[in-house]
Amino acid sequence: MLSLFLIAFALPAFAGPFEDAVAKFANDDFSDTEEAIGVIAGSGSKLAFPIINALQDGRLMADPDSKKVYVTGTDGKSIDAATGEAVASVPDTASAVRLNNRLRRSVDAALGSLTLQSPDLGTRLQAAQSVFKSHEETALEAVDSALAKEANKSVKAALAEARAAILLFKSDATEVEKLEAVATLKARGDQDALALLTGMGDQPASVTKAAASAIGSIQNSLAVWSMVQNAWYGLSLGSVLLLAAIGLAITFGVMGVINMAHGEMVMIGAYTTFVVQEVIRTRYPGLFDYSLLIAVPLAFLVAGAIGVLIERSIIRFLYGRPLETLLATWGLSLVLQQAVRTMFGPTNREVGNPSWMSGAFELGQITITYNRLWILLFTLAVFAILLAMLRYTALGLEMRAVTQNRRMAASMGIATSRVDALTFGLGSGIAGIAGVALSQIDNVSPNLGQSYIIDSFMVVVFGGVGNLWGTLVGAFTLGIANKFLEPVAGAVLGKIAILVLIILFIQKRPRGLFALKGRAVEA
Amino acid sequence: MFNKSTHDIAASFSRRGVLAATAGLMLGLASLTGAKAADGTIKVGVLHSLSGTMAISETTLKDTILFLIDEQNKKGGVLGKKLEAVVVDPASNWPLFAEKARELITKDKVSVVFGCWTSVSRKSVLPVFKELNSILFYPVQYEGEESERNVFYTGAAPNQQAIPAVDYLMKEEKVKRWVLAGTDYVYPRTTNKILEAYLKSKGVAQEDIMINYTPFGHSDWQTIVADIKKFGSAGKKTAVVSTINGDANVPFYKELGNQGIKAKDIPVVAFSVGEEELAGIDTKPLVGHLAAWNYFQSIKSPENEKFIKAWQAYTKNPKRVTNDPMEAHVIGFDMWVKAVEKVKSTDPDKVIDALPGIEAKNLTGGTSKMLPNHHITKPVFIGEIKANGQFDVVWKTPSLVPGDAWSKELDGSKDLIGDWVGKKCGNFNTKTNKCLGSGS
Repeated sequence: MLSLFLIAFALPAFAGPFEDAVAKFANDDFSDTEEAIGVIAGSGSKLAFPIINALQDGRLMADPDSKKVYVTGTDGKSIDAATGEAVASVPDTASAVRLNNRLRRSVDAALGSLTLQSPDLGTRLQAAQSVFKSHEETALEAVDSALAKEANKSVKAALAEARAAILLFKSDATEVEKLEAVATLKARGDQDALALLTGMGDQPASVTKAAASAIGSIQNSLAVWSMVQNAWYGLSLGSVLLLAAIGLAITFGVMGVINMAHGEMVMIGAYTTFVVQEVIRTRYPGLFDYSLLIAVPLAFLVAGAIGVLIERSIIRFLYGRPLETLLATWGLSLVLQQAVRTMFGPTNREVGNPSWMSGAFELGQITITYNRLWILLFTLAVFAILLAMLRYTALGLEMRAVTQNRRMAASMGIATSRVDALTFGLGSGIAGIAGVALSQIDNVSPNLGQSYIIDSFMVVVFGGVGNLWGTLVGAFTLGIANKFLEPVAGAVLGKIAILVLIILFIQKRPRGLFALKGRAVEA
Repeated sequence: MFNKSTHDIAASFSRRGVLAATAGLMLGLASLTGAKAADGTIKVGVLHSLSGTMAISETTLKDTILFLIDEQNKKGGVLGKKLEAVVVDPASNWPLFAEKARELITKDKVSVVFGCWTSVSRKSVLPVFKELNSILFYPVQYEGEESERNVFYTGAAPNQQAIPAVDYLMKEEKVKRWVLAGTDYVYPRTTNKILEAYLKSKGVAQEDIMINYTPFGHSDWQTIVADIKKFGSAGKKTAVVSTINGDANVPFYKELGNQGIKAKDIPVVAFSVGEEELAGIDTKPLVGHLAAWNYFQSIKSPENEKFIKAWQAYTKNPKRVTNDPMEAHVIGFDMWVKAVEKVKSTDPDKVIDALPGIEAKNLTGGTSKMLPNHHITKPVFIGEIKANGQFDVVWKTPSLVPGDAWSKELDGSKDLIGDWVGKKCGNFNTKTNKCLGSGS
């Protein structure tokens, strides 16, 4: 009690504004924390950067009892935030200083101006970008001095943009400075620049005029880019549709089995990925980035094996009886779903993205996410391999022979029932591979397959049953059409419009885009 | 009486051969065991989907009720009798909900039912509960605009979740531009209608509100996330208010994370994303996005800590999370037990009359009360997603908020109240002093 009293008494007498500010972190009050960030960032103290950096990472510990604040280093060593002296250990009563979104923005702004002259290129670039975003007047001096020293071209450009953003909002900047700022932002030409220009508030008439023309030109160029973006989204959606449908193009398209359990093969592939990642997480955490590469062949084998099993035990008795096949596979899909639900639980399972599948990069004014890009490439690769397999391998030849004319193929000595089982297994295995990729963008839950089965049938029927190229073209056509309709009609109406268009199309061309020709069709 | 009718059925069936007779016999046996059990136990119906799309959310609630019954039986049950759970599976199939509800009430003779998640399932069982005069406890946040004599709503009404969340964003984050994104069904549509009216009453212009609906299970969010990004770059602070339902959330948040939309730029506040939903996502890119609930697992209170410990011991899973609808069941169950003990009977009419005014401790350190409109008082919390999939409470209402059955923001319902104590009416118009038909 006495010591508390002493501290309370002693602090105001000896401590400067910096120490006072540091002590505010211990109040666990968002306004106090915000105030402290402002004072510390502007204090010029050597401790400012470590303190605010630690705050951002959740390493700034505050003890509410003693009002002491500690910086825990990434190496586990700690210092007293107010004095910079090393301390042996942080008391158990201390907890990390909490942040909310408003404070995270203040921290970013403060760190931005503190790290503008960091030796690391990436940090400098990031700092310039945070200053651009926060465009606080107080950072102008730091930007100017950094700009004078900066040698790297891209950092220099980012700094100039940050400077422009500050000047645009600075009330006492000259008209010339502001006009220059508008020109700089116009050259940047992205949505962030647009946001600054539209939100700049009252300005001299000449600046408002220049800004209006800049806004117009940015909007025009963004409109063009948004077409490119829609096309990319369409390709990406198309690749997902294609991936989900390739397996079905074999079981339904080539073999003619109405396979309602196709979606569940996709789901089994996704759960295989989950199991692989679980094993890796617990046993070999270093291999996490390779988890998908390991999961792909395993998913193929697991789903393929289940496919062969289904063909041998159910479907082979139902060839030529489409209605029974439909009902049997539908029932089977429910059985598989409930089996997975019982084994893994009804809730979603977490499948992580490896680092090379996270994040995005900018291409001009559009954002391309890595996971979508990889899925597109992966889909095309799977498609190419499948096509090559059907064309150039013995098994592929046998499959085509059996599906085209079963009796003649049998007379030629092909074991047709074995080929049937393998074909169904191949289709299922490819659905399993699709599951690995889809686990990266969708829920891994027992319902995963259901959401793809309708789309898959749509793609195969639209593209033309029995034709793999038709499936490819069908998937991309539907994807792109969907993505150009969505911004206009909304997601719900867009989907309905697509379905209506397909119905009309099938009326006109019942065999789809690429109908098979010749005698095989009638068989 | 039940035995007599069973006998009649069996007699009429016996003419039709052995098979029918067997069926009658089985029915008779069922009623016999049912009657026998009713002497020693009080039956509690659990009407939650254990298969199909909603199993993902509802299975946990079934486990919660089983857990609560187990705990209550350890304390000696209710009125000296043990509680016995009757679990049925309506399989995410809305008409089946009504059938199973009927089965629970007429065949199993349950005294109370805890169940339903989606509004459409609740609407589907309503006529059954009215006709057979039984009690339903409904634990999920919903769109409001309803107050029924046989239903007790322990989840949040819009004024206990959506409105405070929007207030928080307006005051703390200074949000000026709003995206209302939801799944296309009744709860998001009504909630967004209420929010739109509320925002306009606060002076938000029409062009600063973007409303977007997506189908159930929507998985390709690229266009919508890009639209949100575009909408957010108009120089005004923007936030997303999400009524996106269950399954569609994972791909939505993944796309947000991948397109680099951080919470500090455009925060998303969700009304259907809790601890259970986050268990399926890598939450690191989502840190700072918000959720509004009446309960978070991370809230420190002795009641909550005790509950979590007992729950994890019961489920034998030290990582098992808790969530808001679970807490609603905890409160509802407690209120039902108290009401039954107060009137010393499980007779539905007596219990329904006894429930308003009953108080029960909630898990966040307050005491919730059942109101005459069959909704309860609840505190409202705003939580930020943390890297570990839990929530950090950044704001809460100073006191408990009473649930409004009828929204004060909508023209059609602002004069209505539900009052089953004084007016005996679920939709009483305070202007015209008339009951609009949902009376007892």
